[in-house]
Amino acid sequence: MASTTKNWVTAVAAATWAGNAAAGNLNLQEPTTTIAAQIYSLHTYIMVVCVVIFVLVFGAMFYSIFKHRKSVGHKAAHFHENTTVEIIWTVIPFLILLGMAAPATKTILAMKDTSNADITIKAVGYQWKWGYEYVRGEGDLAGVSDGIQFYSNLSTTKDQIYDKSVKKSENYLLEVDNPLVVPVGKKVRILTTANDVIHAFWVPSFGVKQDAIPGFIRDTWFTAEQTGEFRGQCAELCGKEHGFMPIVVKVVTVDEFKAWAAKQAKDTGAPAAETAAAPAAQAAPEKTAAAGGAADGKKTFEGACAACHMTGVAGAPKVGEKAAWAPRLAQGKDALYEHAIKGKGVMPPKGGNAALSDGEVKAAVDHMVSLSK
Amino acid sequence: MEAVHGHGHEHDHAHYPGGIMRWVTTTNHKDIGTLYLWFSFAMFITGGLLAMGIRLELLQPGMQYWRPEFFNQLTTMHGLIMVFGAIMPAFVGFANWQVPMMIGAPDMAFARMNNFSFWLLPPAALLLVVSFFVPGGATGAGWTLYAPLSVQQGMGMDMAIFAVHIMGASSIMGSINIITTILNMRAPGMTLMKMPLFVWTWLITAYLLIAVMPVLAGAVTMLLTDRHFDTHFFNAAGGGDPVLYQHVFWFFGHPEVYIMILPAFGIVSQVLPAFARKPLFGYSSMVYATASIAILSFIVWAHHMFTVGMPAAGQLFFMYATMLIAVPTGVKVFNWIATMWKGSMTFETPMLFSVGFLFVFTMGGFTGLILAITPVDIQLQDTYYVVAHFHYVLVAGSLFAIFSGIYFWLPKWTGHMYDETLGKIHFWLSIIFFNVTFFVMHFLGLAGMPRRIPDYAEQFADFNMIASIGAFGFGLSQLLFLYVVVKCIKGGEKAPAKPWEGADSLEWTLPSPAPYHSFETPPIVK
Repeated sequence: MASTTKNWVTAVAAATWAGNAAAGNLNLQEPTTTIAAQIYSLHTYIMVVCVVIFVLVFGAMFYSIFKHRKSVGHKAAHFHENTTVEIIWTVIPFLILLGMAAPATKTILAMKDTSNADITIKAVGYQWKWGYEYVRGEGDLAGVSDGIQFYSNLSTTKDQIYDKSVKKSENYLLEVDNPLVVPVGKKVRILTTANDVIHAFWVPSFGVKQDAIPGFIRDTWFTAEQTGEFRGQCAELCGKEHGFMPIVVKVVTVDEFKAWAAKQAKDTGAPAAETAAAPAAQAAPEKTAAAGGAADGKKTFEGACAACHMTGVAGAPKVGEKAAWAPRLAQGKDALYEHAIKGKGVMPPKGGNAALSDGEVKAAVDHMVSLSK
Repeated sequence: MEAVHGHGHEHDHAHYPGGIMRWVTTTNHKDIGTLYLWFSFAMFITGGLLAMGIRLELLQPGMQYWRPEFFNQLTTMHGLIMVFGAIMPAFVGFANWQVPMMIGAPDMAFARMNNFSFWLLPPAALLLVVSFFVPGGATGAGWTLYAPLSVQQGMGMDMAIFAVHIMGASSIMGSINIITTILNMRAPGMTLMKMPLFVWTWLITAYLLIAVMPVLAGAVTMLLTDRHFDTHFFNAAGGGDPVLYQHVFWFFGHPEVYIMILPAFGIVSQVLPAFARKPLFGYSSMVYATASIAILSFIVWAHHMFTVGMPAAGQLFFMYATMLIAVPTGVKVFNWIATMWKGSMTFETPMLFSVGFLFVFTMGGFTGLILAITPVDIQLQDTYYVVAHFHYVLVAGSLFAIFSGIYFWLPKWTGHMYDETLGKIHFWLSIIFFNVTFFVMHFLGLAGMPRRIPDYAEQFADFNMIASIGAFGFGLSQLLFLYVVVKCIKGGEKAPAKPWEGADSLEWTLPSPAPYHSFETPPIVK
């Protein structure tokens, strides 16, 4: 029928034209992890099944439209039920669905297996940027990058966005100042959380999308199989600049990764490289912050801690009371960080403000300590 | 079916106040149906204008016309207005006009409540539209109003919450009315399994509405108290959970999807047999399939939340349950095609829209199946693929069925035939521009373009331009629809009582236009 022909011609012409202009944009991005490859082939498989059913079913419909019309003199039959065919077209789709569910189940279970990661990175969504914190490495990456943390901002300039006459850069809106750097061939576990509203960490070619929920930790994983830069975006509406918080993952060789981590540690004073397998808490956040973006200890203190630590509520040591702080300082800064993050006695974790990142809490502790020494 | 006309000619003269008061005070189901339909059309144009604003900004990369926050307001309000202002009231309009006439009842069961449930809508719409002009503008949290983003918004958000409350109350009253009418006021002899399928689908839809509108009201009320009264339902720092909102919202939201499509199934099930001149194939399996879809709709909500993070068992359960919906939906599609099979078809505008519905809606069904597969969904969640999918089922599905129903019953409502040529042109323009707009969005989503972004990377530029051009064309085509309807109301060829050869439900036994009061004495159905 003319309608369909026209639709398909329109769609195909449009697709071809744009396909020529931007080749390879008609399907999922080229997968670069096993999970993404499984998703890709699952999609292809189901798509093919759907197209076959579509052609059969609508082949029948269009045949009927051409042959069973009044204008060609077709007289209407009067049948209006047939239990056998009803059962057939209930059972057959059910069996087809079983054939789809099986491989999908396998992939789901693989996607959910975040165990035995070589490296764990916390990705924190902020309005509107990403913060990355290398929490922990294991195996031959043990301690290599632990404690490195930085923010990752859109690096496309405002004038490219708002001024039509300014030429747009090659990776317009998909470029950042500090990319997430990960080693190739290693299992990377991403913990997501957020500071304010829900964001989503998404790198299409890795097949990874995980919402980042304020106050809660979720996880996902990937093992990048080739080096290079891979780009994604925040995928959950998070307010005004939602369209402007991209994710860039730079996949490098293990040696390059170690060199990068050592340089980060040196530049920022993070003791990561020397203190193998050290807990994340040992990073020196205010210095790290100087390189990557400031975790403003004073601001966090005023927002989250001051209510108790300025007033001495419930036995909280008041800022500036050296006598109250001395025995606590004697336990070492790490212990203070840990108590501040995990809570101790009546002190709630992170002062009851779960949306704070570990780095922010540590910065606030540093701020309080500096006033109380 | 045979029917006895129960009205004497002396009753054909309607007694109602003149001017505006007729519409304000009316308790007549036909008047109220008309009000619903015009309200729906006004909202359709409003929501359509917002869509034009969205596509204008997305015509080219770079921010050209709006600030990002206003873009978010456009997408949010487009969604809210189209769902609650255009699609749902349109179907209630159909129910008002058609349900009493199709079951041989003189009016709706609760005539005055019927008036009230309509007149709640304009204030709600006003709240939504006016919210653009308050400080901070309308809400930009997306039509799903996810916390905590919705907790951050300005007073436009509170206006949206109240609007949702009011529209929810209106829907619940409307549903009570429809259920009572159908269960108690059928003509003698019309058993449940003799009801036209449109009546069946609305009966089931009304139950869905009563079940889930209070859930939505609960969700937005919690939002309201989180915003203003220091509760922490959705705030982790206070012991709450932002994800709770999504569970509650989608427990409403998924049945809502079927609320917007089941009456469309009903309309198509009236139109196809009428123009195939052959009874609907598998009537009882259609009823069972509709009920199955409605029941399944309560156990699939979390497929909107696969990327939120849930245990593997949760993802598997919701994937299997969602895939299962393909079975009854498939049964419906097969039955419709079997209805057409070996018929004696003609292709007037209602038939064109119903066949168009069948063809294009099914594409949306297939993308729905693809999205049901959790791993694929995780890749496509919150991308333009999803935008394409739900516009295939909501525009090509619900909206095309609404057009089909309007053209089908306009002769009965107005007493005139509409302009067949213009109607056909409206169909062809609509279906072509619809596909130009939304087909390419599948590619955008696959390639990785997130939804709800005001600006995009340059590899998405070509398809976005095509989609925008299609959208402008689709928008303009709807002005033709307005012209056709107004022309039909003003005059035209006199419509016979039964203008469609194969139509057989009770409304066609009434003269055209249907008298103001019909079936005062119930017809006898054999």
